[in-house]
Amino acid sequence: MTDAAPPQAFRIETAGRASRIAAVCACVILLVLVALPAVAGRNLIQDLIFLFYMLALAQCWNLLAGHAGLISVGQQAFVGFGGYLLFALTLRAGIDPLLAIPIAGLASAIVAVPTALIVFRLRGAYFAIGTWVVAEVFRLSFAQVKGLGGGTGTSLPPQATSGVFGIEGVKTLFEVRTPAARDIITYWAALVLLAATLAVIYALLRSRRGLALGAIRDHEAAAAGLGVDIYRVKLAVYVASAAMTGMIGALIYLQKARISPDAAFSVLDWTAYVIFIVVIGGIGTMEGPVVGVLVFHLLQRYLADFGAWYLILLGTLGIVVMLFAPRGIWGLIAERYDVTLFPIRRRLVIEGGGDEASRTKAVRD
Amino acid sequence: MTGLLDALIQGVLLGGLYALFAAGLSLIFGVMRLVNLAHGDLIVLAAFVILVVAEKLGLDPFAAALVALPVLFAAGFALQYVLLNRTLGRDLLPPLLVTFGLSIIIQNGLLQLFSADSQRLRSGAIETASIALGGGIAIGVVPLLTLLGAVLVIVILNLIFYRTPLGRAFRATSDDLDVAQLMGIDIRRVFATAMGVAFTVIAIAALYLGLRANFDPTSGPARLLYAFEAVIIGGLGSFWGTLAGGIVLGLAQTIGARIDPEWQILSGHLAFLAVLVLRPRGLFPRAQD
Repeated sequence: MTDAAPPQAFRIETAGRASRIAAVCACVILLVLVALPAVAGRNLIQDLIFLFYMLALAQCWNLLAGHAGLISVGQQAFVGFGGYLLFALTLRAGIDPLLAIPIAGLASAIVAVPTALIVFRLRGAYFAIGTWVVAEVFRLSFAQVKGLGGGTGTSLPPQATSGVFGIEGVKTLFEVRTPAARDIITYWAALVLLAATLAVIYALLRSRRGLALGAIRDHEAAAAGLGVDIYRVKLAVYVASAAMTGMIGALIYLQKARISPDAAFSVLDWTAYVIFIVVIGGIGTMEGPVVGVLVFHLLQRYLADFGAWYLILLGTLGIVVMLFAPRGIWGLIAERYDVTLFPIRRRLVIEGGGDEASRTKAVRD
Repeated sequence: MTGLLDALIQGVLLGGLYALFAAGLSLIFGVMRLVNLAHGDLIVLAAFVILVVAEKLGLDPFAAALVALPVLFAAGFALQYVLLNRTLGRDLLPPLLVTFGLSIIIQNGLLQLFSADSQRLRSGAIETASIALGGGIAIGVVPLLTLLGAVLVIVILNLIFYRTPLGRAFRATSDDLDVAQLMGIDIRRVFATAMGVAFTVIAIAALYLGLRANFDPTSGPARLLYAFEAVIIGGLGSFWGTLAGGIVLGLAQTIGARIDPEWQILSGHLAFLAVLVLRPRGLFPRAQD
């Protein structure tokens, strides 16, 4: 008797058990973070604002470099642009700062389109330096705008932000003074931006576009052959990332309340640190930057006083990780324990028939 | 009219310096497809090395550069052999991020050793010497030497590339890495030698940078951008194209500075973006990618 081979059933799986638990945990953490200002002191709130915006920036850079292969060294262009736009809108047009943040995002997206048309003419590594030149053009141009302080920059006077939407409610709700209330509003705005950034990137990577991105990353020519419009997908990612980065930039300078071209378009603050966070944590995953930002925060907290030595250490650490553990800390964890919290990879699960226990085989990317 | 003519002459001379910055970058990319984000910082590092040699040995900067050359060649060879060779492969990210990390290490290392003060290479009378061309136009001796230095460097690089066995190995690895290895070329040594040669060019660029202008530990990234712009404006794959690119950039900056001193750097960047829009493969393209 010869039986035909049992028909093989297979399905595509994304979420695993760990990731379902993680989704529940994420909701709980989000609720805790929303309610946190009720108990937390001002220092913790300010630390968290910093963590939130660095993590959001890291996710945006990771989307570009880790998923779309667009290695940019010029994201500070959009941080600074968003920041300056917030100052222009609140100081010159009297618009509520919270409303200015989405406007800054929209404007960044609009500016990103012609920028992309120029820098996309450069391939690979040259794209990286091209984006840096564009950021320098932004910096030098904003240094010429006398209405926003020219080369020395300008400040956001407290009265410009003391009437921010919702501040009276926060003052009575938490019984705090205006500066603390302003921090709480900024904190919530940062939390919303971070959650939105994570949600947008996660949705994007789980969508058809995300599949196209994975295909491009794995083999550009083959992806093109299968009908992926590479240019359009990359353009969409670049513009989306610019919009988010612009909003984060606006938020950063709402918090700092002082802007100057050299700080707003700083390659160290808004790109080098961000790259470090992504590389240390693990590029190409959504969990990596979360790990990276925590490591970065600890290093900065305990070593930043060493100045130049601190930066030398960061550079060395980045190089060592890139050479010996290119998938970062999260890559090591995920490999050892086979966990994923943000399931953006698709796994092929093959189920054998007959008496045998179903065999599963994960297809790795 | 005299003003415009003067701007043109000064722009061309400035272009010589940018061509020197660019020649090393172009060489490294040509041989091993490596885009070195630390290139500008390496130029500044070399300028500090020349400065230290000149001060410790009491030498003139030109003599000090001559002493520093073999040291820098060896440093370049070692850097490539020990570190950068590990990053080369199909993936773009490792070489970019490792050289970016290197850039931060060099900047802060220099900051730690030499403080943020501006430095300059002192060379006595030659620094301020100039040749009068009549009509109120004079050209400085150092800028003229810079341009001549750039031309000489490019002539020598072309001789190395097209007249020597080493150049044949450079071109072979550049054309097809796998076949070059099959022909018995040890690419690790070839790449390391290429970086050594690039460091020699970097040292010459550093000498003229230090003679012409002030430099400090943070001047590197701007030099990288000028070098990169000169390479792209000129078109990949030709050293003479790189010289032309450097001159176009120098002219754009000098003319921009005549309109408003604050526009010098900005107009150079804008000229670069304009070339990218109008002639994406550069003004004198040669290579295919």
